[in-house]
Amino acid sequence: MNGIHDMGGMHGFGRVDREENEPVFHAAWESRVLGLSRACSAQHLFNIDESRHAIERMAPVDYLGSSYYERWLDRTVRLLVEKGVITREELERRMAQLASGHDPAPPHRDPKLVDRMLRSTKERTPYRQPGPPPRFAMGDRVLTRSDAPMGHTRLPRYARGKHGVIDCVHGSFIFPDTNAHGQGEQPHTLYSVRFDAAELWGASAEPCAPVRLDLWERYLDPLAAAPGRSTS
Amino acid sequence: MSGAYDEHGHHHREPESVLSLRVRALESLLVEKKLVSSEAVDRIVSAYEQDIGPHNGAKVVARAWVDPAYKQRLLTDGTAAIEELGFGGVDLHVVENKPGVHNLVVCTLCSCYPHALIGLPPVWYKSFEYRSRAVREPREVLREFGVDLPESVEIRIWDSSAELRYLVLPERPAGTEGLSEAQLAELVTRDAMIGVALTRPPASAAR
Repeated sequence: MNGIHDMGGMHGFGRVDREENEPVFHAAWESRVLGLSRACSAQHLFNIDESRHAIERMAPVDYLGSSYYERWLDRTVRLLVEKGVITREELERRMAQLASGHDPAPPHRDPKLVDRMLRSTKERTPYRQPGPPPRFAMGDRVLTRSDAPMGHTRLPRYARGKHGVIDCVHGSFIFPDTNAHGQGEQPHTLYSVRFDAAELWGASAEPCAPVRLDLWERYLDPLAAAPGRSTS
Repeated sequence: MSGAYDEHGHHHREPESVLSLRVRALESLLVEKKLVSSEAVDRIVSAYEQDIGPHNGAKVVARAWVDPAYKQRLLTDGTAAIEELGFGGVDLHVVENKPGVHNLVVCTLCSCYPHALIGLPPVWYKSFEYRSRAVREPREVLREFGVDLPESVEIRIWDSSAELRYLVLPERPAGTEGLSEAQLAELVTRDAMIGVALTRPPASAAR
């Protein structure tokens, strides 16, 4: 979707602010949001592509007005409500109960969940899955699609309808555009595609600063070698 | 839902107390439904606070600096190479800085980052400023980070959009021939592995 999250190349945001000796979390609630979100993933309540798309669906003004972990909280609640795991009323009631000093939830232990979550930080990730053989090889010239799908996609606006060159063939990965919408994992080849800065940004491009972007094969059309158009 | 508007239509964040209460309520509901245990949240948070962090990536970089065969394996198959050192949880592609080439990693769409190896990303990496600008004006962004590269140096920007994550292998600084692998690892910063900093020799070695 052409959402506010698709920020590559936007103007107007100003200098990058940095914090020296930044802590891992700035408040305890941030760490709980991260942990809860990871636990929900480990319980397969939602997948990573659904979770990204849920953030993209925030109203733009809310997206821009929220901190990173506020956006994570918003998406976690949004997905759990949509999937019928909790209701917003239930959440409001529980907030009121906790505010009055009462937590009705009995303690729950789940050593297997702990083990699964910790192992996920050590073991291979599940996103690389067998798929059809690659259509393109290193050095092939491609044209990216200029679709503007309503749903989730990892082809950003700045790179649509652009000429690029296959820089690296990474293997077959789960396709976010379908996996975010319950349409299956449909794994197929992921490539790094190299774009000239001028192809993306025109005359305002900085010199000698090509962009490589990871793109799935379905975002790409073959481009016959055309004289006079440099893409490297 | 996460916010309120004043009479001018401006957006305001919720107070921390309300956010914190909402998160506690969410945890309480999920615990009650036996979907989550608080211990599971505690343990993953503690892993990111104590065990996982830039020091792990620094060990990988230092090994590549002292062992050319390892470096080759790291550049060919980053995932398998970090497993040799006991790390995982990420499908990794390592890109090498060398004379005339500087690599810079960004995720313009969200916050993709090799966090299982080098920890959670800093706030600036997830900021609108970095995400919007790193692809279009990388030289200017790098100058703001104190890295001023001549135009003869190609800047390769990697916009990380998939479950394959990027790590920059910085150049080993001159004057570090006498350092041990562990001493070398101490020179490697998080920012250098993202590509917004160069690796400097220790002050004592810089004459």
